[in-house]
Amino acid sequence: MKAAEPAGIIVEERSDFIRTKGRQKQQLKCDADSIAGCVSQRACVYCGARVVLNPVTDAIHLVHGPIGCSSYTWDIRGSLSSSADLYRFSFSTDLKEHDVIFGGEKKLARAIDELVQKYPSKLVFVYSTCIVGVIGDDLEAVCKAAAQRHGIEVIPVQSSGFIGNKSAGYRAACDALLRLLRPPEGKGLAKTRSINYLGDFNLAGEVWIIKNYLKEMGVEVNVAFTGDSNYTSLKKAARASLNIVQCAGSMYYLAEKMEELYGIPHMNISFLGLEDTSASLRKIAAAFGDAAIMSKTEELIARETARVKDAIQWYRRKMEGKKAAIYVGGGFKAISLIKQFREIGIDVVMIGTQTGRQEEYDTITDLVDDGTVILDDANPSELEKFMTEKGAHLLVGGVKERPLAYKLGMAFIDHNHDRKHPLSGFVGAVNFAGEVYSTLCSPVWNYI
Amino acid sequence: MLDCTPKEIKERSGGMINPAKTCQPIGAMYAALGIHNCMPHSHGSQGCCSYHRMHLTRHFRDPVMATTSSFTEGASVFGGGANLKTSIKNVFAIYNPDIMAVHTTCLSETIGDDIPSLIKSAEIPEGKLVIHANTPSYQGSHITGFSNMTKGMVSYLSEATTDVKKEQVNIIPGFVNPGDMREIKKMAQMMGAKFIMFPDTSGVLDSPMTGQFNMYPRGGARVEAIRDAGNSKLTLALGTYASADAAIQLERKCRVPSLTLKTPIGVKATDEFLMTLRQAFAREIPGELEEERGQLVDIMVDTHYHFYGKRVAIFGDPDIIIALTEFVTGLGMKPVYVLTGTPGGTIGGPQDIFEKEIKSILEQAGVQGKAKASGDLFQLHQWIKNEPVDLLMGNTYGKYIARAEDIPFVRVGFPILDRSVQTYLPITGYRGAMRLLEMISNALLDRVDRDAADEDFELVM
Ligand code: SF4
Ligand code: SF4
Repeated sequence: MKAAEPAGIIVEERSDFIRTKGRQKQQLKCDADSIAGCVSQRACVYCGARVVLNPVTDAIHLVHGPIGCSSYTWDIRGSLSSSADLYRFSFSTDLKEHDVIFGGEKKLARAIDELVQKYPSKLVFVYSTCIVGVIGDDLEAVCKAAAQRHGIEVIPVQSSGFIGNKSAGYRAACDALLRLLRPPEGKGLAKTRSINYLGDFNLAGEVWIIKNYLKEMGVEVNVAFTGDSNYTSLKKAARASLNIVQCAGSMYYLAEKMEELYGIPHMNISFLGLEDTSASLRKIAAAFGDAAIMSKTEELIARETARVKDAIQWYRRKMEGKKAAIYVGGGFKAISLIKQFREIGIDVVMIGTQTGRQEEYDTITDLVDDGTVILDDANPSELEKFMTEKGAHLLVGGVKERPLAYKLGMAFIDHNHDRKHPLSGFVGAVNFAGEVYSTLCSPVWNYI
Repeated sequence: MLDCTPKEIKERSGGMINPAKTCQPIGAMYAALGIHNCMPHSHGSQGCCSYHRMHLTRHFRDPVMATTSSFTEGASVFGGGANLKTSIKNVFAIYNPDIMAVHTTCLSETIGDDIPSLIKSAEIPEGKLVIHANTPSYQGSHITGFSNMTKGMVSYLSEATTDVKKEQVNIIPGFVNPGDMREIKKMAQMMGAKFIMFPDTSGVLDSPMTGQFNMYPRGGARVEAIRDAGNSKLTLALGTYASADAAIQLERKCRVPSLTLKTPIGVKATDEFLMTLRQAFAREIPGELEEERGQLVDIMVDTHYHFYGKRVAIFGDPDIIIALTEFVTGLGMKPVYVLTGTPGGTIGGPQDIFEKEIKSILEQAGVQGKAKASGDLFQLHQWIKNEPVDLLMGNTYGKYIARAEDIPFVRVGFPILDRSVQTYLPITGYRGAMRLLEMISNALLDRVDRDAADEDFELVM
């Protein structure tokens, strides 16, 4: 059967986006638009913006567009909240033909009015979708008027889907956040000795784990962006003295801007894997230059490492020599995963991202072994071809990659929205190993 | 608690809260997957395509392939013609399907791309086909999209080539799971009827594990079969909303007479389906089907006291919930709220067709209830808050209401994102009705067990 063979033909236009380490010298091409007619795994600007802002728990997230854009994003991300639940509702202006012809501004204004009446929220995010970009509704004006009417913040998110890919959406979200956290004219916020934690969406409660570590070290977290955040906590963001950035893909821009506007320096950290977690905690402690913090940090690292060491060793013995393929959203996560796999004895034989940046691909290339395939914005045929060729036993990916891996008789880990256990910090490292083990070594594969 | 729905009901005019529908293209994509060796193509930005594939993947737990025109800013200014032409070239060069089924998105519709003429002027390799359907989401719902693509199959493919119609029937199953399509085919086969089913996603989205990834699994309606549908002597459209348009188009284009029936859920609707086949082919209902029906009725009798008088709220896609409403009234239940997000009328025509149909089922059963098309789950939740029900039936999104109000919940319809296996098993036909009975009574009785005081906790129920 012809269709059953991995499509050997990689379209010519795609060949610049794929590299095998050690074989080709040129840099990998990335950060370009997808080719028309491919099964792209990529999402849109709106998707990126929504992912970043969605965890703001007490905001009304109103999607201005036809129904689908909001249906598909209704409570799909497992960001946990410690208080409000409003973000788990789906609000849409449900644009109809009439609105498309005559404009949707009035309907949008009505929707905001009605929602604000029902929900005493201080914050509304209004997301623009592709079609709004084309019919030319003046979101800015509608939001401004509504904000004045109700005395709350109504912030437009410029996330029309076709003006770029997911990264453009991250940027649109960061712009919205910047508007929110701007202190009122003339009232600068007094700096406190606290940090903001950027780029963690509190999937499966990951923010809480990290906050606990930091608390034990004697470091106060001002606010996390955006996991389990809310109007009040975000408003105080500018008083932090340091920003730590976990998911650089989505938050790098915000960190830069906050440095520029409020003089808050930032540093990249990663809490994925034992090695990165320890290094990151030390880096944060060092930034405070406080002996007490540093010694408490060492205590914590020693204790937590000891606690999980045996478990990790056990998993390592069981899984040594297995091969993994990685296909995730951002380059930063990909880099962390390579290290995390190394800790449990697994080699990465294929690695790709939807929106990785050039520097990140350079780091990836440095980290992986010769022969590892590296690819940008891959389609399923390419994933299949290289995973099979390289003999991967396991794929790390998102929703759409899962059944593909399964069909190939390959184990799978969701490192995205659908993750069920926290994968951050020391506990997360064990959870990660446990998840890898439970899928790699499940007896179901014996039936194929 | 996860409950942000206020009890007080106010007029609303500014959109939807917690929708009970989604957009047209996903329905078109699902329909297109029901053609063998077909690549669905989304003409718009890549985000839409990505969402539709993701959503279908979550429901079916199988790979969902579809390509996209990947619009960028240029396309939104100059139109997406170039993107579509490149796409057609690339899709055949890279993925080599027999047929490509293009649907539009809100964006390409708003820009106003003229798909038919773009297809005409595109370079399509010898022997390959490109069909299309317009699927703007600011009209209708995913059901409309399914219907439009199914109609598109007829418009592009079906042909009347024989003078005398063949002894065969077309069956258009509607937006149901592959498990249902299998059940409906099984029944037709048992009736000894020669039939053509399209679209048919069985064997595509419930394909078996082989250790191989097939971009085009073995299932799906063959293009030749859809072509030959123009020579059939009858079309059965199962469900007005998802299937009737294609049947009417067949009638118009190829003079194949058509009948629109309910989705065969429950005894009555299944009876009607089989009776129609019996009449058309002058066949007897085979013993096995008689036996299945007898078993079903036996179960209904054995357990009717579990169901009697129970107030139930049903939401989902119109064809499914119309038949479901009829079925549960037959059990003595009271479907007091029946709601769909899909508009309940025709474009430019009357808008209350759905409500009228439900009302007439309720009237016959002597039930006072509310019916609503173009509704949302916020509204349903408010109704329930004001006058509670004993059972909720609908897709996964019902779980918020079920939890907030602490009501037993039976998952039926699309999408179901938090449970598995249901796409493989039917709710249609007599076997499907048995399954529904099991689901409903388990939900009700598990609740009785959970809530029973020690002294009331019973072994035999
Ligand atoms: S733009 Fe239209 S087609 Fe795309 S997801 Fe939104 S509603 Fe669906
Ligand atoms: S219309 Fe645009 S914003 Fe909405 S899902 Fe499609 S690409 Fe994304």
